Order: sequence, then C-alpha cells, then structure tokens
Amino acid sequence: MTAVPRPHDHPDVALRAEALESLLLERGLIDPKVIDGLINRYENDVGPLNGAKVVAKAWTEPDYRQRLLEDGTAAVAELGYSGPQGEHIEVLENTAQVHNVVVCTLCSCYPWPLLGLPPSWYKDPAYRSRIVREPRKVLGEMGLTLDDDTDVRVWDSSSEVRYFVLPDRPEGTSGLSEEALAALVTREAMVGVARVKLP
Amino acid sequence: MYAQALTEEVLVDGIHDMGGTEGWGAVTIPIDEPVFAEPWEAKAFAFGALSARLSGQNLDAMRHAIDRQHPYDYLVDGYYGRWLACVETMLVDSGVLAPGAVVARARTLRGEAVGEPPDPPVDKPDYQPTAAGSLRDVDTDPRFAVGDRVRARSHGPAGHTRLPRYTRGHVGTVSAVQPAQVLPDTHAHFVAENAQHVYAVGFDATELWGDGAESFTLTIDLYDDYLEPE
Repeated sequence: MTAVPRPHDHPDVALRAEALESLLLERGLIDPKVIDGLINRYENDVGPLNGAKVVAKAWTEPDYRQRLLEDGTAAVAELGYSGPQGEHIEVLENTAQVHNVVVCTLCSCYPWPLLGLPPSWYKDPAYRSRIVREPRKVLGEMGLTLDDDTDVRVWDSSSEVRYFVLPDRPEGTSGLSEEALAALVTREAMVGVARVKLP
Repeated sequence: MYAQALTEEVLVDGIHDMGGTEGWGAVTIPIDEPVFAEPWEAKAFAFGALSARLSGQNLDAMRHAIDRQHPYDYLVDGYYGRWLACVETMLVDSGVLAPGAVVARARTLRGEAVGEPPDPPVDKPDYQPTAAGSLRDVDTDPRFAVGDRVRARSHGPAGHTRLPRYTRGHVGTVSAVQPAQVLPDTHAHFVAENAQHVYAVGFDATELWGDGAESFTLTIDLYDDYLEPE
C-alpha cells in the first residue's frame, strides 16, 4: 500500500463526503438508518455528562471511588457506560499533590463512552504537540496554574487503554447532591486541562 | 496485496506524529462547540465508524490510512477531512471503490461531465480477527515488571507504528503492566495479530527534552516489541 500522493484535483471535503455517500448508497453498502443512528448516538446520547456522573458518584461514595480506581472499565459499566473506545479504562486521580493530564499525540484517542467524541482542541496540532513537551506552560495558557511542587503527569494514549481523569473535588461542595455535583464537572476537568470550579 | 513483507512503499513516519513538534501556537478552546460543525463531518464520522466493516480491515489499518494522507491535506482538511480520506483509502485498498471514484463522483456532482472508473475486483484482506477489539490474552509472562528500566527502540518503522518519535531511544521506568493487545505495527498490515504485553512506561521530562525541561513525567503505553531492557 502506497502513501496517497497529493492529487492535483482535490475537491473540497464537503463535496467529497457527498460523493462518497452517493457511491456507497448506490452500491447498497450503507443503510441510511444506520448512518443516522450513529450520528444521533454521538451527537445526543454519548457525551461528557456520562463521565460527570461517574465523577459525582466517586465523590459521594468512597466504595465506588475505590472500585473505580481499581478497575475503571468495570466500575463505569456499573452505570451502563461501555462501548467503542472504552475497551479498557484506567482512571487517574487528581489531588492537591498530583495532577494528571491526558493526550493522544498520534491521533485523537479519547474515552468515548465517558466523554463522547473529543473536542477540536484535543485533536488539533497545538495541544497534541505541546502538552507532552511543556505541560505546565500549556495548562497555564489554558487557565490552570499549578504549583512548582505539584507532581505533573502527562499520559499519551498510544494503545487501546483509555485514560480518564477523576478530578479533585472542590471545597464548598459538601452539601450538594450527586446530580448537582455532576453538573459542575466539565470535560476539560476530566481530561485534566482544568479543575472543577464552583459557579 | 496483503499479508506480504513490508516494503518501502509503506513508510509513513509522518506528520501525524506530532508529540514535541514546535511552532503550532496557542491551544484555544472554542465555547459551546457542536459535536459536528457541518453535516458532512457527521457523515464522515459515521463512514469512519463503519470503515473497518465496509473494507474488511481493522482499527489499526484505519489509523494507518489516516496517517498515509498527504501532510498538506492532513492539516488543511481538518479532523473529519482525515476521517473522510482514510475511508476512501481503505475502500480503494480493498477494491470496494476504484481509485479516483470519489473524485470523479465529486466532479459529476459539481456539474462536470466526467467518466467514472468501473468498479475494480473486490480485494479485501485475507484476514479474520481472532476476537473482537484489540485486547487479547497472552500465555507468556510479561518480559518486564513494574520498576524495570527500559529503553524505547530507535527503529524507523517499516509501516504503521504507535511508537512516537519523541520517545525513541529514550530510557524510562515501567509503571504498570497493561492489558495485552494486538500489535498495531503488524495488525494494520494484516500480517499477524502478534498479541503481546503492553507496558505503561514513565519518562522523566529531562530525558526527553533536556536539562531545561519543565518538571513532569510523561507516561505512554509501549508494546513489548518497542522495548529493550536497559
């Protein structure tokens, strides 16, 4: 298999997508209902709220937190979260002393069952290239300043293990319900580029 | 076409391997970004999700197809442009579509009277996975244990790999034995699953980037074939 040379006729992506769809439909290779179902699932059903619920449960139930850290795949499956790009989930605990942050430098590997599809910044060159070389600077630019003595750990998702950050629970949240806690947890916090903040 | 010795034709130590490259500027987080910015992106995603099944290939071959795109297009067409290109590549490689079929249809759609190439003979790889997904059970004991010092090989890969350039030749410490998995380097080319142990290896930042590096540890999952004892 050769590398694809750059063709001199390179129609725009939207048109090529339409062309590909037309070819596949004509040959009966795709079912439009299946296509729509996939799109709907990842636009609407699978997203960061899943991960936020896992975090909120871990914050409220010490036993669940323990199970989550010991076997992430099984623990998130307890809440019904499993599927593509979630074959093996490993949970990284952020604390006052340790800050974990996740990337996929080679493509865009991301724990879909917990966070849905990755956002553009996670997949773009600036994050992929710089977070493994100057994480403190990049996190600072993104609004997260870490103390010099914080143990910073960057995880490059190069295999099928999917890393998920369990953020540190912020102060002042002890009275909140699990639902209210989940509402605070952003996807940025579950990747490790932000802390969870009170509104 | 498949299950043959790798040749120079599949060298792709390319632009996708971005770790540590410089000059890309600031990371910007868009506010309230939709999952798919345009309807075509959603379609490209769906086709990508079906690509292994449509082409008779696998996830590693899909990543290899993404990596084989011309670097200009890799950047300019954007993320779902890469997915679209990889689907085209996989379908052409498997003889499901002719080379040039997508471009010809695109030109037809924009009103040009062009001939479209005839469908080629289907030529899917002679390949059946031994199990769903990438995880496998391996009978042999792991070669390395937590705490072992290991060196990432300096190999220029002959084809697909998940060993990024910024780790090659560097020494780290095994922090965990991960689940065993098929080796992407051979699985992407349908040569063999080569299921093997995988290790989380921690590298000190100064090892990777020199004495002036920030203080942090970089941990990456490395397949057994990528490692030598130190």
